[in-house]
Amino acid sequence: MSKLSLIVKREYLTRVRSRSFILSTLLAPLAFVLYLVVVVWISSYQGNDRQHIAVLDQSGVLKERLPDDRGVRFDYPANISLDSLKKAVQSGSYDGVLQIPALPNLAVKKQTVYYHSDKQLSPEIGSWIERKIATRIRDFKIDSLRLDRRSLETLDTEVAIDPESIVDKSNEGSEYTSVIAAVIGGVIGFVMFFMMTFYGQMVMRSVMEEKVNRIVEVMVSTVKPFDLMLGKILGAGAVGLTQILCWVVIYTGLAMLMPMFLGVDMAQMQTPAAGAAAAAGEVDADKIGLVLQELSRQNWWSIITLAIIYFLGGYFIFTSLFAAVGSAIGEDMGQSQSLVFPIMLPIIIALYIMMAAIRNPNSGLAVFASIFPLFSPVVMPARLPFHPPWWQVGLSVVLLIGSAFFFVWLAGRIYRVGILLYGKKVTFKEIGKWMFYKG
Amino acid sequence: MILSIQNVVKTYGSYTAVDHVTFDVPKGSVFGLLGPNGAGKTSLIRMITTITGPDSGAIFLNGEKLNERTPDKIGYMPEERGLYKKMKVGEHLLYLAQLKGLSSAEANKQIDHWLTKFAIKDWWSKKIEDLSKGMQQKIQFIATIVHQPPLLILDEPFTGLDPINTNLIKDEIRQLNAAGTSIIFSTHRMEQVEEMCDHIVLINRGKNVLYGEVKSIKNQFKQNLYRLEWEGALPPDFGERFAIVEQENHAVTVRLHNEKESNDLLRHLIQKDIRITHFEEILPTFDEIFIRTVEGENGAADHQAAAKS
Repeated sequence: MSKLSLIVKREYLTRVRSRSFILSTLLAPLAFVLYLVVVVWISSYQGNDRQHIAVLDQSGVLKERLPDDRGVRFDYPANISLDSLKKAVQSGSYDGVLQIPALPNLAVKKQTVYYHSDKQLSPEIGSWIERKIATRIRDFKIDSLRLDRRSLETLDTEVAIDPESIVDKSNEGSEYTSVIAAVIGGVIGFVMFFMMTFYGQMVMRSVMEEKVNRIVEVMVSTVKPFDLMLGKILGAGAVGLTQILCWVVIYTGLAMLMPMFLGVDMAQMQTPAAGAAAAAGEVDADKIGLVLQELSRQNWWSIITLAIIYFLGGYFIFTSLFAAVGSAIGEDMGQSQSLVFPIMLPIIIALYIMMAAIRNPNSGLAVFASIFPLFSPVVMPARLPFHPPWWQVGLSVVLLIGSAFFFVWLAGRIYRVGILLYGKKVTFKEIGKWMFYKG
Repeated sequence: MILSIQNVVKTYGSYTAVDHVTFDVPKGSVFGLLGPNGAGKTSLIRMITTITGPDSGAIFLNGEKLNERTPDKIGYMPEERGLYKKMKVGEHLLYLAQLKGLSSAEANKQIDHWLTKFAIKDWWSKKIEDLSKGMQQKIQFIATIVHQPPLLILDEPFTGLDPINTNLIKDEIRQLNAAGTSIIFSTHRMEQVEEMCDHIVLINRGKNVLYGEVKSIKNQFKQNLYRLEWEGALPPDFGERFAIVEQENHAVTVRLHNEKESNDLLRHLIQKDIRITHFEEILPTFDEIFIRTVEGENGAADHQAAAKS
């Protein structure tokens, strides 16, 4: 077994067997499911307090009564004055009185209704009632003016932009192309961002631990410092891939088991946005079909393959930089801030450019950032669903791979000096000098 | 020669850590690498262990220029030594032994041998972090020698050890040395140098200032001091004939002009029929040699520097 593979093996095994790895691997999906449940519960929370509202319709618009919903029950007491209704509220028979005054004329543009109560309506219920009454007034006006409802409905036209590519016919999309692409791109970009910072810091901590522990002098008298660093980077990367694999297995398992236990309609769970929209009565099955069609239009094989290349490239660039900084820091944690920040900076900038790029994927900034190797691991994957020109992807990949090799080499130069240096406050100027030390 | 250092120079930026150092470590010797703090010992050791390379000059191990196989032939226990705290003793030793090129079967055999020898076989599955500092030192020692290297480099191997464990490790070092292992021993403790070493090199300010066999260095530094004890009274002219450095009741230390004069002194006293109970040559201790050499050097260097400026 070569020395490098021994190091990778140790780095991998000690991490994978550690309690924190097992806990985070098992608990992260649970935490995520818990998070989803809480979010769904909070967003669908209507409160237990049922409200009982008396409606005093002085306008006659409520030919069709308001439906009981959202914990609100409406009552239509006949022939009772507003004052006695107010008294009934005070005595606790009702929570409030909804007074709809008579319309001054049919051309009225603004109508005020009153809610008499000492308790306020929640904004959500308030606006729901407003919408319902507005619809009733509209119907009332249509009937009163004797308008033809059918001809009125033909007035409303839904307009959608459908992008039609001129050259590449396969590239045609629907009105949803850019939205779906932005969502896919954004998700990939964020995942890249988290992977790079998380595993970068993991490698950095591990380098610092070896230095503080003072095992490092024994190690570098046995193996090349470069091998030690590379072994760490590869080992941590293997841990990351293992964790992702575990999550995929656990998630798939959970997704298949969940309906059995809960009897929940998974289709609705998976697209909470679409579900919510459907509930509001604003979306039809057509649109969900379009979304699914859009998702299947994407060339997933090339997106996934390229995303993996960008992940690996970015992973090597940033973990090696983190390793180099870790070697320079040692015991002094306070110092780490000033050295870590310059490395975090390109990742954070890349994240912001990525968010701009999914809104405007062919802007000069987006094109530059998806080629520049310190930004491209986050930005280019996010642009992939928008089908960037092949020469940009090609150039970007070539630069990325070249830079990955360059940064690993560079980090190795810094690392071999840094790990053996103790009790000295290190500046970037000094680190710069280390790169040129001989042997 | 197990190790040959030839005109080695190492600079860090403008600072010269090792300045044209040359010496040989004879095969089978216990070789003391001495010097004050910051003299360049660690830089030298790091070049021998191939952690860094010399700017110029060359180092040969067993006649072969240092190369990537060198680390497997050296066992190095640095002064600042650590272990992976979360690993088990056995795993840790196995890992380091395999890195040194042993097969896992051979490594396990050696580890078993050493753990048994130190009567700590039941430690195999203990975690390093649960061991005391002294216990960890033992593990570090085993890790250093587990691959049976022909050359051992021990930097302050006894710091932090209690007297019992110090003796245990000393015994192991002697046994290894008797079995043919050459040992480079770096320390500030001069009594240990006198006890363990047969050759030394003294490095000061990156330069080799004293090098050779322990016995001949002691002779080189001796001041022809002799201690004499007797019964009765000394002849009255004794003080005139010999330079008395120190006088006690029935004991004197005298400085002679040369080695041959010791017999003159004895002859003189025997003729006068003085009963001599004790007579020995006082050789300088390594403490004295160390201090005299280093202070003499630094004094001269400071003087020169002052003259220049």
